[in-house]
Amino acid sequence: MISRRVVLHFPSELIDQPIISNTVKRYNLEFNILKASIAPPEGGLLVLELQGGKKDVGEALDYLKELNIRIENLSRDITRRDDACVHCGVCVAICPSDALVLNATNWEVDFFADKCVACELCVKACPYAAMEVRL
Amino acid sequence: MPRTIQEINEKIKAGKAVVVTAEEMTGIAKKKGVEKAYQEVDVVTTGTFGPMCSSGMYLNIGHTKPKIKLGGGTCLLNGIPAYTGIAAVDIYLGAGQLPADDPRNKIHPGEFRYGGGHVIEEFVSGKDIVLEASAYGTDCYPRKELKSWLNIKDVNEAVLFNLRNAYQNYNVAVNLSDKAIYTYLGILKPRLGNANYCSAGGLSPLLNDPLYRTIGIGTRIFLGGGVGFVAWQGTQHNPSAPRTEREVPTRSAGTLSVIGDLKGMSPRYLRGVSMCGYGASLGVGVGIPIPILDEEMAFFTSVSDEDILAPIVDYSEAYPQAKPDILGEVSYRELRSGTISIGDKTVATGSISSLSRAREIALLLKEWIEKGEFLLTEPVERLPGKESGITFKAFHERPVEQ
Repeated sequence: MISRRVVLHFPSELIDQPIISNTVKRYNLEFNILKASIAPPEGGLLVLELQGGKKDVGEALDYLKELNIRIENLSRDITRRDDACVHCGVCVAICPSDALVLNATNWEVDFFADKCVACELCVKACPYAAMEVRL
Repeated sequence: MPRTIQEINEKIKAGKAVVVTAEEMTGIAKKKGVEKAYQEVDVVTTGTFGPMCSSGMYLNIGHTKPKIKLGGGTCLLNGIPAYTGIAAVDIYLGAGQLPADDPRNKIHPGEFRYGGGHVIEEFVSGKDIVLEASAYGTDCYPRKELKSWLNIKDVNEAVLFNLRNAYQNYNVAVNLSDKAIYTYLGILKPRLGNANYCSAGGLSPLLNDPLYRTIGIGTRIFLGGGVGFVAWQGTQHNPSAPRTEREVPTRSAGTLSVIGDLKGMSPRYLRGVSMCGYGASLGVGVGIPIPILDEEMAFFTSVSDEDILAPIVDYSEAYPQAKPDILGEVSYRELRSGTISIGDKTVATGSISSLSRAREIALLLKEWIEKGEFLLTEPVERLPGKESGITFKAFHERPVEQ
């Protein structure tokens, strides 16, 4: 079993088709929707966590690519401007996935991008605009 | 034998003063006892870094040719209105000021991406900012419009002057309601989803001198990366707050008004702040040295996070409705553990104040003193203490008949 967090960009002509439903059935996957938005002229955006066999997840992503869906890895899309962060830790208590954690030795906030679920709570909560989510 | 500040300064000049941070002092006193700590240590440095809304800068921009009188006119710095109700070319910009076209909370919660605090950060970092002014024109000041780049190195004076900084203790904010709320202590998730606090705890200046024995008017301090002074007690200074046996207030108590030359400061310790749904502010770094004059000051500066209790306040109801109710008290040691217990619930804690930067400030101030670059001062006047009877009064509202 592996887990992948991906950002899917749907072209507008696909937004009325049950693509995710088909994909999870075909490749026996579990999925968790982290974020979804559909704006008909531009298409749709879906942030998903996919779980399944390594081969199945890979093939599912290839299938989605064939349908002309652009796929990005989620972790690449969330960044911290390290020069802006003052390490106060106000983000730590609202981060739902322990991606932001206070290091009790130096009292700096560690950001583990691989744990991030892109809920964007930290982006709103950071008083210093240090967290940037690019989707 | 108590020490005097003069004696300590002689030691500093000779490079012989023993300077430790407030955290180090706590460790020394724990290990060796307060008496020994007093004998060994001359100065304890403190530090704090957090959003301090009652902050701002004043400038004298110099006279234009022909002259303009901004007083009574308008002035924008990077689009943010500055106060002009003073003389011709003096202006004051507050940290919380917003541009006229900011949507505020029209779409709640507003973002407040750029305000007075952000202008101060850019100005102190040496960036050019845009000054745009209009005036009504007089015989002696005929000019009516001015639009120009402005740089900190070109103005006569650039002074940080903060009305209330370095609060001695503060509330821990929670939300008992069913929806998220957006406060100056951050985003508070519903039903005790998180608890936010804002103090450097055992490193915080006034918590290490709880009775204001050494910190007073005229005290030389670290301010925003440069040197400043305590100008006065801060607004809402409340020395009469309840205290523990070791005189540590258990509510927000004393405050400081501070002043210093902005030209010597750094954007590392003056940072624009955007509090979602609340407004703009300025993150300010303050550090204050405390002379260890006697055993009592050694005792006071040995305070640790577990000795300092803060009240847990519901910001969905009690705080906005000015009700005195609290949900309990919790120590900074518990707050720093990452979770606190409220009733039978475990609640994650978030800090608005940066401990890592507070430490950095205390260490930097220690270094300045050790190098002999920073001397201690005798207060010109004491701050009002608990014997003054001064309290924090609520507004006395008297409706005006129409």
